Amino acid sequence: MSLLQVRGLKVAYGGIQAVRGIDFDVAQGELVCLIGANGAGKSSTLKGLMGLIQPHGEVFFAGERLQKQPTHAIAARGMALVPEGRGIFGRLTVAENLAMGAYLRNDRAEIKADLARAFELFPRLAERSKQLAGTLSGGEQQMLAIARAMMGRPRLLLLDEPSMGLAPLMVQKIYATIAAIAHEGVTILLVEQNANLALQVSHRAYVMESGAITLSGPSHELARNPQVRAAYLGD
Amino acid sequence: MLLAILPFLMGFGLGNAWVRVLDFVLLYVLLAIGLNIVVGYAGLLDLGYIAFYALGAYLYAWLASPHFGLHLPFWLVLPLGAMLAGLFGVLLGAPTLRLRGDYLAIVTLGFGEIIRIFMNNLNAPFNLTNGPQGMNLIDPVSIAGFSFGKPLHVFGMTFPPTYFYYYLFLAFTLLAIFVALRLQDSRIGRAWAAIREDEIAAAAMGINTRNMKLLAFAMGATFGGLAGGLFAAFQGFISPESFNLWESILVLCMIVLGGMGNIPGVILGAVLLTVIPEALRYLGDLQRATLGHVAVDPADLRMLLFGVALVAMMLFRPAGLLPSHQRKREFAAEDGVAEQEQANLYDTRA
Repeated sequence: MSLLQVRGLKVAYGGIQAVRGIDFDVAQGELVCLIGANGAGKSSTLKGLMGLIQPHGEVFFAGERLQKQPTHAIAARGMALVPEGRGIFGRLTVAENLAMGAYLRNDRAEIKADLARAFELFPRLAERSKQLAGTLSGGEQQMLAIARAMMGRPRLLLLDEPSMGLAPLMVQKIYATIAAIAHEGVTILLVEQNANLALQVSHRAYVMESGAITLSGPSHELARNPQVRAAYLGD
Repeated sequence: MLLAILPFLMGFGLGNAWVRVLDFVLLYVLLAIGLNIVVGYAGLLDLGYIAFYALGAYLYAWLASPHFGLHLPFWLVLPLGAMLAGLFGVLLGAPTLRLRGDYLAIVTLGFGEIIRIFMNNLNAPFNLTNGPQGMNLIDPVSIAGFSFGKPLHVFGMTFPPTYFYYYLFLAFTLLAIFVALRLQDSRIGRAWAAIREDEIAAAAMGINTRNMKLLAFAMGATFGGLAGGLFAAFQGFISPESFNLWESILVLCMIVLGGMGNIPGVILGAVLLTVIPEALRYLGDLQRATLGHVAVDPADLRMLLFGVALVAMMLFRPAGLLPSHQRKREFAAEDGVAEQEQANLYDTRA
């Protein structure tokens, strides 16, 4: 059974349906991406999964059904969200931000080891560990947000538009990091407008349009699909 | 040490009125520390904080005055007042959980006014609060048979009750400071800081944001209720007038002036904003002595100076007089940010 199984997921803001009943799966160890244009319902899907908006439909995570659970309870089950716009704690230091990522953990020695690993993966954060997170550049903040989520040792990492608002070279760095994390065996669901990058790094992909999934398949196949190329890859 | 002998220095140097001022300083420190939990730690702007002070004071008056003929002991009434205020903190917090910033401020402001208006009008049909006349003859604090109500004569000297209250308030204030400092460094304090910075991210870290926000409201309100009970016992008289919007704003100003989120700053703010208005009273006497009449009413001057001080603060020390180390770094860093961002850009290219 897949780590995450989604059946008939609907997310609505008041009367406006942002996600109109979608099905998808993410298997253990996979990097799956959800691509689509602005307003297709990608971020809403992640918000629904994380319980930031109460969704309708069925979500099975690690064999259990998530039903009307608050966000913190879903986090406790091992789902971690790197929100759109990063959501870093601006007036806390980089080190304090990372410590917050391990809020639910009590294993001090292990947390320390994970912190060392995070600094290894992101040497930039180590240099600036005592600095306020709000003073970091956009790319560094994105790195911090990812590293912070990893501090919770999530079973599933949800990434919402990690490339947003970053310089092209910084985007490349971030994606190299995402690939490295996936390589370590962390399961990732990636939401991205930059279809080119997302298809390069992921195993499988779903294409969303106006709240519904219109295409799905292995990423390298979708990258060759004429429809996808025309709509998202600028051919 | 200085704190221990301070009332004697003040008492002999400047008279008993100043010992009384000291007592009020301590009460305001207590209030400011309580409000700082809500505003400084958890980032929830509360403009109706004085309502909790009122609740603590009124509960004390109900249970220890001739009004209902109840004279329950101090050690019982004070915690009850603090608990009642804490309960109302949750009652205010629960419906406002989804609100932030300005919207929360408006609702809390309304709450503060509602409590005051209730106190003003609940003299009919059943006389609960005695309306605008307020409640009188509230029992003074009495510990182990020693009543704080009468002056003590020893060694040919007279010590009025203000001295006893000073030490009582000091004990509570030190306790409050200890609790507030411990809270800040605790798991709860870190959760509050995360909520203050980004609520969605805080929830995604596994923080129960609803419970943590309610806890902040409850803790802050408890401190307010405690201060209120002490105030009622100290004054012996309370009326709705003591709990108006201005008082809420004043306590908030103490926090902002001193340095939000930082306990020494909050204490400094409370001390300054209580002592300076008192000191300004002398300006009236000075005018009378030099000009023969009062040209500028010190009470008006107080407001003017207050405004000037706050504007000057925002311009020159926006993080407060004694900012928390984080706020200080934040404001210091702002100048360096653009420069650094530039550097980062080159970094990524290299």
